[in-house]
Amino acid sequence: MNMPLLSVVVWVPILVGLLVLAVTSDRNPAMARGLSLMGAIAGLVVAIPLWTGFDNAAHGMQFVERSRWIESFNIHYHLGIDGISLLLILLNSFTTVLVVIAGWQVIQNKVSQYLAAFLILSGLMNGVFCALDGVLFYVFFEATLIPMFIVVGVWGGPNRVYAAMKFFLYTLMGSLLTLVALIYLYNASNGSFDILTWHQLKIGLTAQILIFIAFFVAFAVKIPMWPVHTWLPDAHVEAPTGGSVVLAAVMLKLGGYAFLRIALPIAPDASHELSGFIITLSLIAVVYIGLVAMVQTDMKKLIAYSSISHMGFVTLGIFIFNAQGVEGAVLQMISHGFISGALFLCVGVLYERMHSRQIADYGGVVNTMPVFAAFFMLFALANSGLPGTSGFVGEFLVVMGSMKVNFWYAALASTTLIFGAAYTLWMYKRVVFGAVANPQVADLQDINGREILILALLAVTVLGMGIFPQPFSAVLHTSVNDLLAHVAQSKL
Amino acid sequence: MTALDSFAPAMPEIFLTAMICLVLLVDLFLTDEQRGISLGLAIAGLLATAGLLLDQDARTAQFAFNGMYVADGMSNVLKLFICVAVAMVLIYSRAYVKERELYRGEFFVLAMFAALGMMVMASGAHMLSLYLGLELLSLSLYSMIAMQRDSAKATEAAMKYFVLGALASGMLLYGMSMIYGATGSLHLAEIARKIGEGQAHSTLLVFGLVFIVAGLGFKLGAVPFHMWVPDVYQGAPTSITLMIGSAPKLAAFAFVMRLLVEALGAKSLAVEWQSMLIILAVLSMAIGNITAIAQTNLKRMLAYSTISHMGFLLLGVLSDSNEGFGASMFYVVVYTLTALGGFGMILLLSRKGFEAENLEDFKGLNRRDPWYAFLMLLIMFSMAGVPPTVGFYAKLSVLQAVVDAGMIKLAVVAVLLSLIGAFYYLRLIKIMYFEEPVDGAAIVAGADARFLISANGLAILVLGIVPGALMALCQHAVLIPR
Repeated sequence: MNMPLLSVVVWVPILVGLLVLAVTSDRNPAMARGLSLMGAIAGLVVAIPLWTGFDNAAHGMQFVERSRWIESFNIHYHLGIDGISLLLILLNSFTTVLVVIAGWQVIQNKVSQYLAAFLILSGLMNGVFCALDGVLFYVFFEATLIPMFIVVGVWGGPNRVYAAMKFFLYTLMGSLLTLVALIYLYNASNGSFDILTWHQLKIGLTAQILIFIAFFVAFAVKIPMWPVHTWLPDAHVEAPTGGSVVLAAVMLKLGGYAFLRIALPIAPDASHELSGFIITLSLIAVVYIGLVAMVQTDMKKLIAYSSISHMGFVTLGIFIFNAQGVEGAVLQMISHGFISGALFLCVGVLYERMHSRQIADYGGVVNTMPVFAAFFMLFALANSGLPGTSGFVGEFLVVMGSMKVNFWYAALASTTLIFGAAYTLWMYKRVVFGAVANPQVADLQDINGREILILALLAVTVLGMGIFPQPFSAVLHTSVNDLLAHVAQSKL
Repeated sequence: MTALDSFAPAMPEIFLTAMICLVLLVDLFLTDEQRGISLGLAIAGLLATAGLLLDQDARTAQFAFNGMYVADGMSNVLKLFICVAVAMVLIYSRAYVKERELYRGEFFVLAMFAALGMMVMASGAHMLSLYLGLELLSLSLYSMIAMQRDSAKATEAAMKYFVLGALASGMLLYGMSMIYGATGSLHLAEIARKIGEGQAHSTLLVFGLVFIVAGLGFKLGAVPFHMWVPDVYQGAPTSITLMIGSAPKLAAFAFVMRLLVEALGAKSLAVEWQSMLIILAVLSMAIGNITAIAQTNLKRMLAYSTISHMGFLLLGVLSDSNEGFGASMFYVVVYTLTALGGFGMILLLSRKGFEAENLEDFKGLNRRDPWYAFLMLLIMFSMAGVPPTVGFYAKLSVLQAVVDAGMIKLAVVAVLLSLIGAFYYLRLIKIMYFEEPVDGAAIVAGADARFLISANGLAILVLGIVPGALMALCQHAVLIPR
């Protein structure tokens, strides 16, 4: 492979984003929109060769690029992907296109900055998914905070400033300790920031546990796990629709991905040692946050809590250390990306028309927006894990994997099928069914072609992945098995 | 060897002195409208000095004036940045001082004298030359602050700075005299040799060391010797704050290196100053960062932020390794670049009769001018150490040295305190981006300042993407003398 494909995937969105900032201004938003859409589509198009050129059977990293970056610290510009990263990169590039289209009409203020922020964010997140050097990873990981901070703070709701500050400080707090751990590993490995070298590095148990905790704080905040999840509902509620979509669909996955790429392989013994603790937290998230979601009166908040609950599934799947669990966790991350993105877009569609996210303000939407109601139905069912939708695949695999480990894990985890269905469908019922609740609902216009396009794209993906998950899981097999084999070996 | 040859290592300083005399002389014959000529001469002189420094061969240490003066890698690089930084200060200040009747020849001459003092500090190989440089710098700064004679605040700041600065100088001198008593020499190399041979009286040495560290703490503005910093930063006219807050930090770093590492760097003493610096560093980071949160005046906030940065800088020095010294040097260079941008922005937004020095004055800057807001965002993130700005790498390299020295707990403390720091930098970004402007006036700035601030802000970003060269330069520079 001669083309530096991964660099292209990382830098095309960032450069287009900078271009949008540089050449367009508030006076010609149309140009900013057009350029950004082209950039987002280009970002997706350049990611496709990764998918087609990916060798499912090959071990180790593919499309590797490595060159010197900072010589005095032996830091390299080192990129490479395996199956796990590949799916997340595709998810990210796909989501960016949707977000650009979704902001087409609703964003009228500082359009170029809004769109540029999303493009840059997309490139940075691709960078996180490709980076194989500790510092490079950290730089991308941290840098993603800046555009999201601006997006929430500038285009968000009434309480946006609080939410943006909380988002930034919470996640920064988590990741600063990671920096110390990275430096410790650099010294322990005699001056290397290479993540793959660290995978092979022998570390004593105490050191492993400390390193693991430093990583855990960062990644658990990012994913987020109970009890460090409280920034997420705030950020989601206040963020503009596009911000919520990217946050839920991609940004949370940085945490899950980092567990798989960094924490587990570098500190496998500590991971095993602490897995009981993490599984407990995950199950609390699944059950307790599921119940919390049930009583929400704000649709966005409900979906935010649903996200936390679903992310509990991801961490559960990762820390039961078997192929079904980990594969299920990754598929769950991808599927949740599509479904939660779609749900936030659906809420966005309603919010643009009614300027309210309160469930109580709605009722009988199906009478005035039948097409929308159909799409919303599909995504609501997918969120509750209906077989035939993508939501089922991951949850099923994780439950199956946890059954192998402990019956009670599986029993508690599967309550999500009940709770998930309960909170999603109950919300759906109150918003969509029944008689027309008030004159505003009676005046609603059904979704237009642009909105149909976005939701249809997502619907096809959700159904496709649900009915025919094989292409997705095939990419994962080798990577997940290699990872598990590596994690099974003690490093002591 | 002719007499002239032995002056060669000090050629840039001699040239700068000549330029100062020239500006002083030329300025006498200029009317107020022609004042730009002396400013131009001053800037040209500083940049030409920087050019001479580039030309100088610093691969090996070269001594002048009977070993009292040295040109080596560290001094060369630092002096280069000092000249550039002072030139930048003059360019940033032009419009500001013009509107405040400070646009006089004395201003340029004093700034150049301060630069000269800093260069002497960077190159001192003898306690007397070090002290001479320090006093030249300090006296220039005292009078620069007091130049705004009708401002009570500025006069008060100048008095405070003068009294406390004199006290600190006294402490330094006292410490130096004890070191002299213990070793019988004022030459740094000679002192180090005597201590290494075990000929020095150790109680006397440690006693002297305490006074020297206290004096250095004053000059750096490290807690508990920091009281003057906020008052002086806030009280001085902003262009002088820019001057105090930028280049002198480079010289102060050199000063610390010369005294603590080169003269008193023997293992037995290093242990002593290491433990003193740990206290200074942790206290500075804690008090600097926490107090900064409560400030509403941006200059005062940046003053407390400086205190915390100086604490971070000391972390690298106290790791007592070449990596640590290199990291600290990189840190101080990066800090200077960032501080120049930060205070430069305050200057840029100020206008006749209006100081943009309160946090509210930055409200809605993104709406008034997105480009300046973006630059200030870069500057603030760099101070907070958030990638991809260069401030991150500065923190990374210092932390690396600290962890390498086995002080992981200290690194964790530093990291947690810098989280507190992130809060108030973030608050300024919040104010610029998320709030509505209260000050609707258009931002007028000369093309020179506009260009400079853009270059300054972008440098922070570009160096954040390719920091390798500057890092290697600093790492290399501190290696040479040893």
